[in-house]
Amino acid sequence: MQKLTVSPSPHITDGASTSKIMINVMAALCPALFVSAYVFGGRALMLTGFCMLTAIVWERLCNIIMKKPNTTGDLSAAVTGMILAFNLPVTLPYWIAAIGTFVAIVVVKQLFGGLGQNFANPAAVARIVLMLSFTGSMTKWAIPFYDPDKIVTQATPIATRAETYLDLFIGRTGGSLGETSVAALLLGGIYLVIMKIITPHAPLAFIGTVYVFSWIFDQDPLYQILSGGLMLGAIFMATDYVTTPISGIGKVIFGVGCGIITCVIRFWGSYPEGVSYSLLLMNIITPYIDMAFTAKPFGAVIPEAEEDGK
Amino acid sequence: MKINAIKLQHKKNTSTCETIDLPLPERVFVPMSQSMGRGCDPIVKKGDKVFVGQKIGDSDKIKACIAHSSVSGTVVGITEVLHPSGKVTKAVEIEPDGKQELSPDIEVPVITDKESLCRAVRESGCCGLGGAGFPTHLKLNYNEQRYKVDTLIINAAECEPYITGDHREMLESPDNIITGIRLIMDTLGIENTYIGIEDNKPDAIKIMREKAAEYDNINVCPLKASYPQGAEKVLIYNTVGRTVKQWALPSDVGVIVLNVSTVGFIGRYSKDGIPLISRRITVDGDAVATPCNVNVPLGTPLVDVLKFADTNIEASDKILLGGPMMGICAYDINMPTAKTINSILAFKKPERKKNELIGSGQTACIRCGRCIRACPMGLMPTYIEKAYDKHDTKKLEKLSVGLCMNCGSCSYVCPAKRPLAEKNQLAKALLRR
Repeated sequence: MQKLTVSPSPHITDGASTSKIMINVMAALCPALFVSAYVFGGRALMLTGFCMLTAIVWERLCNIIMKKPNTTGDLSAAVTGMILAFNLPVTLPYWIAAIGTFVAIVVVKQLFGGLGQNFANPAAVARIVLMLSFTGSMTKWAIPFYDPDKIVTQATPIATRAETYLDLFIGRTGGSLGETSVAALLLGGIYLVIMKIITPHAPLAFIGTVYVFSWIFDQDPLYQILSGGLMLGAIFMATDYVTTPISGIGKVIFGVGCGIITCVIRFWGSYPEGVSYSLLLMNIITPYIDMAFTAKPFGAVIPEAEEDGK
Repeated sequence: MKINAIKLQHKKNTSTCETIDLPLPERVFVPMSQSMGRGCDPIVKKGDKVFVGQKIGDSDKIKACIAHSSVSGTVVGITEVLHPSGKVTKAVEIEPDGKQELSPDIEVPVITDKESLCRAVRESGCCGLGGAGFPTHLKLNYNEQRYKVDTLIINAAECEPYITGDHREMLESPDNIITGIRLIMDTLGIENTYIGIEDNKPDAIKIMREKAAEYDNINVCPLKASYPQGAEKVLIYNTVGRTVKQWALPSDVGVIVLNVSTVGFIGRYSKDGIPLISRRITVDGDAVATPCNVNVPLGTPLVDVLKFADTNIEASDKILLGGPMMGICAYDINMPTAKTINSILAFKKPERKKNELIGSGQTACIRCGRCIRACPMGLMPTYIEKAYDKHDTKKLEKLSVGLCMNCGSCSYVCPAKRPLAEKNQLAKALLRR
């Protein structure tokens, strides 16, 4: 008699997979990448490709050294590389970018146990490390449509406050590689929400908080939300599954916290930008947010509730 | 509050297939334990002549579900067979004579009060026909001092893909259903009945509305077609808005839930007195050439039913008893059918495509939270999995894993293909130890 397969139920899945989610995130990042390539030239594509490639190489090397199965197929390393590239100035030397992906993949992710185990956003930490180590290179923002032979750099618009809203919205401005075009990032964000990859809780809370906080402290709220790395951070980094809270209310708290920290650093800190620091700080308290807001089971009789009754 | 649910492809390919009687098999093996509750002992011996509907298994235990012969013929022997749950149970092997003579013992039951109703239902061998198979007489025989039951809910949601047995019951014998409902309402003094039907069965909603029109306390509730709409607690909440607490019974909130086919059977039994000797089974799946609904004499080996539906048995990789979300895998095609088997699905080896059967390819949890948003009981399967892996029983209790009814929604939506539903079951077993 032929052999039948026996397995526990359920016997079907909805076809979702980690790699499909990652492909969707990469697709959502593409509009911003294309705008960047248009504004900053081909080096934007080169640097992004380089970061993705080195991220995958670091991940595979870790797998080999740690004698773990190959995990590059889940494409999370490629996404990390892509997001980190978006956080770098387009003029950054490749060797510095390789150090960035090393920090993200090896130090932040693999040393903590790989996908799902890292407590902080790899791209955010890598950006912070590069910022502290290579401050000069990391703050050399190319002006739009620059001539590759004589790079002219400018201060980030968040410091100069010289750009128009429209420039900021479409990305005709200086800044990190993938953070400048609000329109393209929003397009990607809406795509991810429609595809049910992310929920809008954290991005809306993050952006909304920055808007309200700026308005309270007499800053230009619209300028604050359109400039710097806010859109990139809010849409693509504050929605990272691994390092942000799992519940809806937790995500809102995460977003509000990020918004407040970002504003405090922007308004009173010595750095012009605070998105990556806010993400790191909120990543750290994510487990506590998760602990505080667990789902209430349907009709549950929780042991503690009974004790309270006594 | 809205209960979490997921969307499934319905695949109700057989909803227009009228029920066909299965030709008599060469042998039937009537299992002595076909449902939840106690099994019974054979009361016939080798060589005995038996008739259709003759009692062949009985027990002095009140919880037992009685077995009757589904054919007329000769008892060939008392054998042992595998029950779908994995237990080994005694079975009466009968060689049909083809005459299908009715047992002279059959008489229309006289039902006047709760006691006679419960006795008659017990004698009929009835159990829940939806899948779990709780003996119906135990459900009806609730303690009147303790529970004030005012509501009867008829479960006609049929939320599992493929299965159309309850749908066909409503289309083919709506009068039996109404008779059964009236009988139970009148004898138990129940005030209101709600028939919960998923809105992907508009023809069934229409016909049940027509039949129930003359009674203003029988209501048809169209429900959203989502999974697991037919789970008892979900159904009670979505029809009458009552919450059944953990460890509690529906009767704690004044409700009895019966499957529509069960109530249809009780209605018919009250008219002709023929006990539960056959049931409607949906045969479907990609290895089945002619998907259909068949009326199968209980104890017929699965292989006979599969062959009747032109199943490519050689190419079948997985044979499910029940739906693809909660069904059990058959490990032997010669296993006999039982009262709880509402469908037999045969699948070929899956190809790599969407909606494929779960295979390998498990990856690390990425904390996407889909399982939490899918769980109808509001549990957190990913945390339960982690707590189970550490055998942290305190944490498991705090996470209320006991509420899990193994609907499988968490595993279904998990992009990392983690065996969440399986871990929940293991965690429940761990807590019981």
